[in-house]
Amino acid sequence: MRTAQVMAEQDLPGLLIMGIGGTHGVQESLAALLKKHFSVITMKELLENKKEVGKKIQCIFVSEFRPTIDQELLESLPNLKVIGNSGVGVDHLNLKMISNFGVRVTNTPHAVADSTADMGMALMLASARRLVEGSQIAVSPDTNYFAADWLGVEVTRATLGIIGMGRIGYKVAQRARAFEMKILYHNRNRRSQEEEQAVGACYSEMEDLLQQSDFVMLVVNLTPQTEKLIGKKELGLMKPTATLINISRGAVIDQDALVEALQNKTIKAAALDVTYPEPLPRNHPLLKLNNVIITPHIGTATVQATHMMAEEAIANMLSVLNCQPIPSEVFPQ
Amino acid sequence: MEAQELPCVLIDCIGGKHGVYEDHAEFLKERFCLITMKEYLENKNFLGKKIRAIYMWYHKPVINEELLQSLPNLKIVASSGVGIDHLDLSLLSSYGVKVSNTPFIVSTDTADLGMALMLASSRRLVEGHQMAISPDTEYFPADWLGAEVSGATLGIIGMGTIGYKVAERAKAFEMKILYHNRKQRNKEEERAVGATYCKKIDDLLQQADFVMLVVNLTPQTHKLIGKRELQLMKPTAILINISRGLVVDQDALVEALQNKVIKAAALDVTYPEPLPRDHPLLKLKNVIITPHIGSATVKTRHLMKENMTESIQAGLAGLPIPNEVLL
Repeated sequence: MRTAQVMAEQDLPGLLIMGIGGTHGVQESLAALLKKHFSVITMKELLENKKEVGKKIQCIFVSEFRPTIDQELLESLPNLKVIGNSGVGVDHLNLKMISNFGVRVTNTPHAVADSTADMGMALMLASARRLVEGSQIAVSPDTNYFAADWLGVEVTRATLGIIGMGRIGYKVAQRARAFEMKILYHNRNRRSQEEEQAVGACYSEMEDLLQQSDFVMLVVNLTPQTEKLIGKKELGLMKPTATLINISRGAVIDQDALVEALQNKTIKAAALDVTYPEPLPRNHPLLKLNNVIITPHIGTATVQATHMMAEEAIANMLSVLNCQPIPSEVFPQ
Repeated sequence: MEAQELPCVLIDCIGGKHGVYEDHAEFLKERFCLITMKEYLENKNFLGKKIRAIYMWYHKPVINEELLQSLPNLKIVASSGVGIDHLDLSLLSSYGVKVSNTPFIVSTDTADLGMALMLASSRRLVEGHQMAISPDTEYFPADWLGAEVSGATLGIIGMGTIGYKVAERAKAFEMKILYHNRKQRNKEEERAVGATYCKKIDDLLQQADFVMLVVNLTPQTHKLIGKRELQLMKPTAILINISRGLVVDQDALVEALQNKVIKAAALDVTYPEPLPRDHPLLKLKNVIITPHIGSATVKTRHLMKENMTESIQAGLAGLPIPNEVLL
């Protein structure tokens, strides 16, 4: 490497990432993007020379919840200014502890919205039409005919209850409207009349939403207030023909209560992109129920979304380093 | 009303693999004297003269010249679903028998399934589910990605009732919509869904990230998508078929998928259905197949039964037939 290049690279602010490539590292193409703005340092490089390398790190890019941010790490990074999370959920970060170190935290609410809303729609449609079961029948060695009385349920003109009408929830409503769905929503704050009318959504109390919906979709942040938001009581209020879809966080649902509700046919089905933990233990009852679809937390797992998240995180981190207004800072509650 | 006063309608059977649903049969028995194929065959001479309509559910009973010759008073065949490629319309017409289908009632369910298949394929939903529940899974890899539907380009081949409903849904995902059809739709219709007409199918194939087949099966659309068309598609493109299996040259499709000429396929229809159990399409990882469930919802099947009943009643009364299929 030429001296000028080395110098230029060292002028760039130091950014810590988990690693590059493989099953847990940052994608090669994203690492290349990061290298345009930062001197990229992997965890391995940090651990090999904590004292020297630690001083250089001003930012951490957290992707797929890695690297884990603990007290020990923060203590070894005296010049750390900002943690740029890839993704909108920050429930895996101890915001209070990080704030005590004078470090800012940012997330990527814009980049995740379309792909996560798409995933919610994908799960609702797949569950209603029994797509996974159907695909298994279509390829099973035992199949010699397609039964005439094998039926799913309609999505068009059904009632969708959206719990959590933030950016992602609103995009779900926009999509659901095109399916002529009746849309109910529940949120901490009511949206404006224009916003409600634009998607044909009616504000509802939780109980009403649960009782009237054919599909209940969870699109909230995970906070102390939303932990186990859906438990035995809420599941009991839902229609026995209803489907629960979760694209928020596993801990928003009381999982044991969900298993019981599915086994006893209190609700009809569930479609979960998120569970607690991920993955579930291999003997977990949710894995065996045939009215459950589980996907491996892929709400933002597209080439496009991962790039947009990296770009949004980069912009956030640079704004902190350059003392500019920060587009998406998150604060401890 | 005595059973003999009700008009006699031939059905294949009740219940079982392909028969009329038990609860539907209850509804039909209040309006018709239902005669199963088994009952008819046991007493052809007597029953043949009484049968005035055929209620064709899941393409059964099969109608051939022999059957038509033994049903001198047959006035109408009501067929479930919108496809009529399984019927010999000229033959039926030559016997003076009218035909009806159920084109509108299936349209939203079928459009919904087209969207479901596009989303499932693009986001690798079936593969993802298998990973999530597999006994061998210890972690979810970070480098496992699908492709975005929002903002992508959808090419709809066949912009009839169902195709248009697909466009309405896709618009909400901010997709760029191209379409190819025998006739161009009018400007308001195009504007309402943001669709651009491609007079040449090639233009659509070259630009689309998703190609969805929503045509009728006719001699003109038989093997509409073959080796040439697949090669015009992007290597990152996904083919979705909610029309009929024969619209696609299946051997060419297998080859295209194996050679990565296109990225993936999602098929609600194949030829035949089901495919033979050793067919290569069943083994390809980048293929989702569903068992022809485009209109398979409880509500729609009820509405189909009602539509077909109306058509039969109108046909027998000599009134204009709702959903009549004309030659």
